[in-house]
Amino acid sequence: MSTDPKRWVAGHVAALPKSGIRDFFELVAKMKGQDVISLGVGEPDFVTPWHIREAAIFALERGKTYYTSNLGLIELRRAISTYVEEHFAVSYRPEDQIIVTVGVSEALDLACRAFCNPGDKVMFHQPCYVSYHPSISLVHAQGIAVPTYAKDNFALTAEALRAAWQPGCKMLMLNLPCNPTGGTCSKEQLEKIAAFCREKDLLVLTDEIYSELSFDGPHTSIASLPGMAERCIFLHGFSKAFAMTGWRIGYACGPAPLIDAMMKVHQYSMLCASIIAQEAALEALLRGWDSVLKMREQYHRRRDLVVRRFNEIGLTCHSPRGSFYAFPSVAKIGVTEKEFAVGLLEKEKVAVVPGTAFGENGTGHVRACFATSYEQLIVAFDRMDRFVQGLKK
Amino acid sequence: MNPVLKLLIEGTSLTTGQMAQVAGLTEAEVNQHLEQLKKDKIFLGWRPVLDLSHEAAAASAVRAVIEVKVTPERGGGFNRFAERIARFDEVESCYLMSGGYDLLVFVKGASLQKVASFVSEKLSTIEGVLSTSTHFMLRCYKEQGFLLDGGEAQSSRLNVAP
Repeated sequence: MSTDPKRWVAGHVAALPKSGIRDFFELVAKMKGQDVISLGVGEPDFVTPWHIREAAIFALERGKTYYTSNLGLIELRRAISTYVEEHFAVSYRPEDQIIVTVGVSEALDLACRAFCNPGDKVMFHQPCYVSYHPSISLVHAQGIAVPTYAKDNFALTAEALRAAWQPGCKMLMLNLPCNPTGGTCSKEQLEKIAAFCREKDLLVLTDEIYSELSFDGPHTSIASLPGMAERCIFLHGFSKAFAMTGWRIGYACGPAPLIDAMMKVHQYSMLCASIIAQEAALEALLRGWDSVLKMREQYHRRRDLVVRRFNEIGLTCHSPRGSFYAFPSVAKIGVTEKEFAVGLLEKEKVAVVPGTAFGENGTGHVRACFATSYEQLIVAFDRMDRFVQGLKK
Repeated sequence: MNPVLKLLIEGTSLTTGQMAQVAGLTEAEVNQHLEQLKKDKIFLGWRPVLDLSHEAAAASAVRAVIEVKVTPERGGGFNRFAERIARFDEVESCYLMSGGYDLLVFVKGASLQKVASFVSEKLSTIEGVLSTSTHFMLRCYKEQGFLLDGGEAQSSRLNVAP
């Protein structure tokens, strides 16, 4: 009889590929203490604004240490409802159309578990956030990757969606602006996607986590388009805009029967999000907007610096319209994305993430996060310039 | 807005070379902007921010704020007083205030006695000064935007994250 502990791991979990990010993380970890500048992070370099942290401390002092309703504090849900209506032009009832979750990641997992039967097909644009495809696989559904391209600024097009569609597709996952490409869709592009979703009766999970970090004009949510709120689950959280990654707090909004289905899974798995994080989130929504604007302005300026420098050193880089990621192509200098990332790390101590960590459509690209100080960015690009010139010789 | 002025307002700690990269200018252009801002008397100069509680930086470490009440002059208002007071080397900053007193004066000196003698011999003897109220600073917690103790913990962000 086998004594390998792996014999107890479920087959579909054993079959999940290890995250490409994890491989690279381990490589960078080996270089500890070597003055590595990391552009490989996926979170803000700002600390959560003090008034938000102070509100959480105050909540603890008042003894707020208990469970909340499964759906989350009603005061927070009311604030979310107002915020989403004001910023995204979609209305959700706090009582039964909003659920507070442990980050958007939990909301995404709840949605997959609540809506997918084994064998259902779920479409997602790729390159994309690392957990999309595994979340689909974990509920025994089938992921259908829809490619996005640098020539379109990594916007998802209705044409690509139609080309990838297959009978049995039930759901579409969107993340606009997108991690890792910074790509997003114009209102006109979204209208075409929305029409396609209505035609094929697709449920849409729209992950809006980077929406506040849109630099070139206002962000449109697909949920705000006519006839879409009833087939959309609007996912959002506090990690990026309010610099609250470690608090793990997010939410999902949608039609009451769908939120109720997600709540069923949530109540048996998570029960509720941390009350301290919920109190902090409430403060963020009520009084945190000034901080969001300040941080967005900083990201915007860093975006311009990073895109300019990438193109100056010969790596073609489109201008990401949102998020804090640039996704330049390394194809022109004749190396693969992995060779580039490993070489840059080993020779010049700058970490970027190979684009294939975000799916095969990331081939030939690397992701560079610009949520780093100007000083660090400037040194990183001087090093990268030296590395690229060395490759060209 | 002038991109260099914008960085100055934010309290930049960048060198002119770094400012050039951030603003998408050449270093020469940044220096030109700085010269123009100096000519326009918008940019007055650079000063270091020090934690004066450290022994190494303790020279001129006694600081006080002084509330000054004056009798405004016909024709000159408070301005002539404020300008006279502001010219003393001991005075770091001087503001006209609303409320219970007229001028708020920030003073720095090498010792308590030096500051005290400035107040009793130079400031309060100016004609028209009705009263002064001096408050010595005991401990500084934040200096011009910099937290002195208990600032943010060293960043422990993961080097690579999704």
